[in-house]
Amino acid sequence: MAFAVDLLARKLSIEDCPPLKEEKYRSGYEKLNDLITPVGNVTETGFLVHEDKCIGCGNCVVACPVNVVGDPEGTGSGRAPSNDKVILYIKDGIVRPVNIHECRRFGPNKTLCYACIDTCPTKAIEFV
Amino acid sequence: MDKGPFVCTGCALLCDDITVDLQDNRVIGVNTACLKGVSRMKGCSSPMTCTVDGKTVDVDTAIKEAARILEEAKHPLIFGHGNSTLEAQKKSIELARELGAHIDDTSSFCQGPLVEAILNEKIPTCTLDEVRHMADVIVFWGADPSHSHPRHLSMYSYFPRGKQRQRGWEEDRTAVIIDVRRSDTAAVCGDKLYEIPVGADPEFMDALLNALASKVPKTSFNMDPKRILELANILKKAEFGVVFAGLGMTYSLDSLEPLFRLMDKLNETAKFHLIPMVGQYNMRGFDHTLFRETGHINRVYFGGEEVEHGPQRSVVELIRNNIIDAAMIIGSDPLASLPGPLAKKLSKIPLITIDPCENLTSRISKVTIPSALSGVECGGTAIRMDGVEVVLKQIIETNRLTDEKIIARIMEEI
Repeated sequence: MAFAVDLLARKLSIEDCPPLKEEKYRSGYEKLNDLITPVGNVTETGFLVHEDKCIGCGNCVVACPVNVVGDPEGTGSGRAPSNDKVILYIKDGIVRPVNIHECRRFGPNKTLCYACIDTCPTKAIEFV
Repeated sequence: MDKGPFVCTGCALLCDDITVDLQDNRVIGVNTACLKGVSRMKGCSSPMTCTVDGKTVDVDTAIKEAARILEEAKHPLIFGHGNSTLEAQKKSIELARELGAHIDDTSSFCQGPLVEAILNEKIPTCTLDEVRHMADVIVFWGADPSHSHPRHLSMYSYFPRGKQRQRGWEEDRTAVIIDVRRSDTAAVCGDKLYEIPVGADPEFMDALLNALASKVPKTSFNMDPKRILELANILKKAEFGVVFAGLGMTYSLDSLEPLFRLMDKLNETAKFHLIPMVGQYNMRGFDHTLFRETGHINRVYFGGEEVEHGPQRSVVELIRNNIIDAAMIIGSDPLASLPGPLAKKLSKIPLITIDPCENLTSRISKVTIPSALSGVECGGTAIRMDGVEVVLKQIIETNRLTDEKIIARIMEEI
């Protein structure tokens, strides 16, 4: 149970459980791997971008309240980031998270902000 | 080499805040651009080769053959231009004059009527920067920018904070979608979706006119009159309104009169502007250039005593009526975009394609001349969808000629 909790908290990966790699547990390992792999790139806030859906429109970048406060002249005004205080930016046509500890969903005083999800036309962002 | 920011030529938004990562004279990374822009700026996946009759030749041979075809043709057509710089477009018009040729562009079956109305000052317009800073009511009519111009909403029309719109889209802006379906733009712009049947745009304009005149609006498709009156109220109160007119609207209007009436009525009580949702990055540029030179935006014939213009001079009618006997296509793929029967007819005449990338038209062309990718391999100027001129910078070096130089070389040969 402790392993399962740490796995969900992303403190451990399934590779950290040697018995799972034994032949008799192969089917269990594969099922678990299928469950975990899709959220492998998820950030500490649970922010996950489905890269096959994202078109790089930048709605989330401009709508993000942290970006607006941290970079009002750049991303807040619809333009490229003008400093490194942003938490979302577009690279190669896909949105990328950075400085995720600044996200409103991070830490003990987190709030359930939905700005990036609500403004995504292709439903490429989710929190898991 | 300039480090940017550069202008993306992926669509007519011409986003001017793009930076790139370079390696060995190649663009390997693009920052801030959408997927469409990245695809354009990273270059062709299938670059076009220089050929005559399918055989690889040098550029000089291809240019000579192109000049011969155009010179021998009685009714040559020069078509495309949407992905060329203003400089290349001017040269193309010069060539058409010299040849006494037909010249047309994609606006002929795209947003031409709206651009023409704007240039003739029949519809008030504004710039995208004004939209960002001032617009409070934004109408997307028959347009889905989330797909056609991915950064439209984030860079200009809805999400950014502007000088007079500091509180953001939730409080400061109202987006209205008028479309035949719940588009992805409608999905992110709230609940102001007015779904109308295909082709019902003129009828909806008339209903809206009634509502603006405080009459009960009626529609054959039974839209709730209260909803139309509610929309009229939103539009009436606009401090700075803008209609982004997409092809959905343009294609369903046989005449622009209903639109003129609506814009006039809106401007009695509010301040409303219209910007056509132009697709290719410099389609509007060609319209402006030809308009300045001839008074017409497209569909021009230089073979008569005077410049002739009209629907019969459109690329569609010229092909349908078997008038043209050779065509030079610049930065366009008419075989992929025209209806099947017309594409088939076009494929029967000698074609010359000038383009950086291989496409359906180039595959059956008699002559193909690869050109530099404008905005990446060469600079120039272009006109954004709102009529603002934008300077394009060169990002990487190339040994391919620009569209402008290719046309100039063809003219020298002729």
